[in-house]
Amino acid sequence: MRILKLQINGDLHELAAPDHWTLLEVLRYSLQLTGSKQGCDKGDCGACTGLVDGKPVLSCLTLAATAQGHEITTIEGLLPAHRRAGGEGADPIQRAFDRCGALQCGFCQPGMMLSARALLSRNAQPTRAEIRSALSGNLCRCTGYTQIFEAVESAVCEQLGVAPKPRAWETPSPESGS
Amino acid sequence: MSAREIHGIGAPFGPAQPGAPENREFALIGKPTAKIDGLAKATGALQYADDIQLPGMLHAKTLRSPHAHARIRSIDVSAALALPGVHAVISGRDLPERYGVIPWTQDETALAVDKVRFIGDPVAAVAAVDEDTANQALRLIKVEYEPLYAYFDPRESLVRHDPVIHEDKKDGNISKHVELVFGDVEGELKASDLVVEDDYTFHGTTHAAIEPHCAVATQAADGLLTVWSSTQITHYVHRALAKVLGLDPARIRVVQPALGGAFGGKSDPFSLEFCVAKLAMITGRPVKMLWTREEVFYAHRGRHPMQLHYRTGVTKDGRIRAVDARILIDGGSYSSFGLVTTYYSGQLLTGPYDFPTYRFHSTRVFTNKPPCGPKRGHGSVQPRFAFEVQLDEVAERLGLDPIELRRRNFQGGHTRTVNGQRITSNGFLKCLEEVERASGWQQRRGKLGRGRGLGIAGSMYISGTNYPVYPNEMPQAGIQIAAERSGRVTVFTGGNDIGQGSNSMVAYIVAEELGLDLAQVRVVAADTDLCPVDLGAYSSRVTFMVGNAAIDAARKLRALIVEAVAAEWKVEQARVRLINGRVIDMQDSARSISSAQALQITEARHDTLGSTGSYNTPKLGGDYRGGTIGASPAYSFTAHVVEVQVCEETGRIRVERCWIAHDCGRALNPMIVAGQMEGSAYMGIAEALLEEHGVNRFGLHAGPSLLDYRIPTAIDTPELAARIVESLDPEGPYGAKEAGEGPLHPSIPAISNAVFDAVGIRLRHLPFTPGKVLEQLRTARAMTQGKQSGQVSRC
Repeated sequence: MRILKLQINGDLHELAAPDHWTLLEVLRYSLQLTGSKQGCDKGDCGACTGLVDGKPVLSCLTLAATAQGHEITTIEGLLPAHRRAGGEGADPIQRAFDRCGALQCGFCQPGMMLSARALLSRNAQPTRAEIRSALSGNLCRCTGYTQIFEAVESAVCEQLGVAPKPRAWETPSPESGS
Repeated sequence: MSAREIHGIGAPFGPAQPGAPENREFALIGKPTAKIDGLAKATGALQYADDIQLPGMLHAKTLRSPHAHARIRSIDVSAALALPGVHAVISGRDLPERYGVIPWTQDETALAVDKVRFIGDPVAAVAAVDEDTANQALRLIKVEYEPLYAYFDPRESLVRHDPVIHEDKKDGNISKHVELVFGDVEGELKASDLVVEDDYTFHGTTHAAIEPHCAVATQAADGLLTVWSSTQITHYVHRALAKVLGLDPARIRVVQPALGGAFGGKSDPFSLEFCVAKLAMITGRPVKMLWTREEVFYAHRGRHPMQLHYRTGVTKDGRIRAVDARILIDGGSYSSFGLVTTYYSGQLLTGPYDFPTYRFHSTRVFTNKPPCGPKRGHGSVQPRFAFEVQLDEVAERLGLDPIELRRRNFQGGHTRTVNGQRITSNGFLKCLEEVERASGWQQRRGKLGRGRGLGIAGSMYISGTNYPVYPNEMPQAGIQIAAERSGRVTVFTGGNDIGQGSNSMVAYIVAEELGLDLAQVRVVAADTDLCPVDLGAYSSRVTFMVGNAAIDAARKLRALIVEAVAAEWKVEQARVRLINGRVIDMQDSARSISSAQALQITEARHDTLGSTGSYNTPKLGGDYRGGTIGASPAYSFTAHVVEVQVCEETGRIRVERCWIAHDCGRALNPMIVAGQMEGSAYMGIAEALLEEHGVNRFGLHAGPSLLDYRIPTAIDTPELAARIVESLDPEGPYGAKEAGEGPLHPSIPAISNAVFDAVGIRLRHLPFTPGKVLEQLRTARAMTQGKQSGQVSRC
């Protein structure tokens, strides 16, 4: 066992955990922050992605002890941080994912949204290729990613105050000649 | 009752004739509304099975077989039990009762009794104070095995029956055999102008939902057992638990928490549900079992590998005269849904094309591999792949455009298939037209230069079937509604929301019918203590069946409200309209009350408010043994065009774009429908190019991790363009049909057909690995030596 001091979502937590516990285990088991998901427990799926000093990190591969002294953000932290900054409702990326249908089963999405949040923090107007690349560590099995890309782009458009491009299924098909 | 019986012919969706859609204005139906639980998912607030933590909860782990086929001589759990922190150890003898989703083929036990049948077969389970202790205890269990000859090749299981994998099966290692003949197939083949005949292979693939299986159980002091499970069919888990544990089902509660993806992989009752229940009963404490990713690969129930042989006879103008199929199905080690798979492998091919005659001969065999089951497009993705590639070859040999060939064979709507299935609305022609136009087919196909090509394929799929897994006369779907004077309306549904959005679908319908704001509606789902029975999320049945039940229940409640308000206002009922959270008088705009006020008026006049509704299919299917399997109240139709680039140096195929047109009847929420279409196409493309669920020569899984199994990342996934086609169905809710499984089918053959357009080779054996592509390119080059020198496409 080891005493850990972890700065998570703006609060300092002091807790005891086995030496070998990962950040994911501490989040889920010690703090009941179960928004970080365990999909593979070996760094393949990205469902456990959290932000450490604003950068996406696989919490299942991060020893909890090494996260001390860093600012950790989990999915539970986004909405309160948005409110602290004077915002209403949920974080814009969360609202965009909801509005655009990106949340099917939702299991991979906490990690996905944190990766997207990190991308938008360093690049306010990413291209589709940059979005693909930034989210390539987060596996989604439901959506085929398309509505996720659209959600990120929609969040960008909202920030810029412009309308997003219509999606393939939104454009009416021309009347057929035959 | 069928929807038609409930609502009358033509109602509630307008006339049944295609081309005469109902022009009613909807408040919610047909709009891209966010899901009712979207923000709960987006904020991490929603609870999935593994998020459940109960006071004093123990953690359980499973010991699995290291042998593909072996007799268990002895199991000694004493050392494991003696380990501090271990509370219980169970093995096959503790749960000997058999189960299986199909009542006639129950051949599974929660833990192996006497025999193991694949590497990974569960043998024993331990409940301990934590996972680490439970894992340590597993290593202390001593199992003595007597290895037996193991089968990995389904062709061998066909002919060799010693040793037999399941001792009590009457046909040796054959799991199921179906042969159905419709018309004079041989005669029509003889009379055909062209017969194309070939072999095709579909490999095994698995679901790989990102959430691993997890179950939690607790037993109250009075004996009431509660099991939370990541299942897509709460009702079948409920029944199976009662049978295996020998408990009264009225003393068991099964709850499905939020579910992290399923795709068919959470349809069977699984070992862990029985184990946590038994361990909770023994220890008197809550028990959780979470499978590792590796264990999920063993649990499998994925797509059956099939070896398929097709003969298709056509006239010289491309009309199909006969189709003859012979299919060998590798079932793996248990029956699972295999009886249905075997039927589906033949029964679901008979659209969207007209087959004058048809025969299929399908045999499912056991092998010592992880058991196969239903995966998205159950039993029909494999034959669809083979047949659509064969159709493309027919077009090529006749010199016809492949889309034109498909058009010529279109079966039409409101018709009957050769095997007796009733087709209602059919928008397949419109699907073809959409992808033809969107892809620039006429201008671009065959003209993109060597290495780049376009391919087409079509398909059909069921919207549920009238075959309940266990025979009964009760409704397939039920809904209860409770309305309260604040204006809050709660809908209780047994339907399983597995991420496809069925809870939202139910809320949209009830809000639409009762004129409520969506925020007034709550949905309580998939809890056997609270909800009426629904048969679960499989066979793409939920929107059609639960949706119709929701309409039924909501309209009964609406009738009460309309009657009460009309009486209160002393006006005719026809003047009372429920819309946008209000009840209004259609002839006096000054008269308008909130829906809460309307509910209060109704409650005062009637009683505490509630209603029930249900759905059952009409009698469907052919009048022969198996004729109801695959008989659906409505069929969806799909067409894809895929654009590929083939690198002739490396053999790598890259799908650049996929246009998906899907006839889902009415899209109740086009955004959710598009998400299903895109997700389906993604999954099919992944099966064709990247994924393979196989075992090595010892039966050991070839790569039980997401990295080794290679599910596509955001970079690997092509551009997906969904085009929704709405052919309003006379019996679907507001005309809706399925959208979750059909759109997977054509992606795989469309890739093969696009590769033919790109580089002139026919890929008939999945997966389309670079090695296979290079080999076929070499063979093709050898046959046309010299003619194409220097024409190698690079990437």
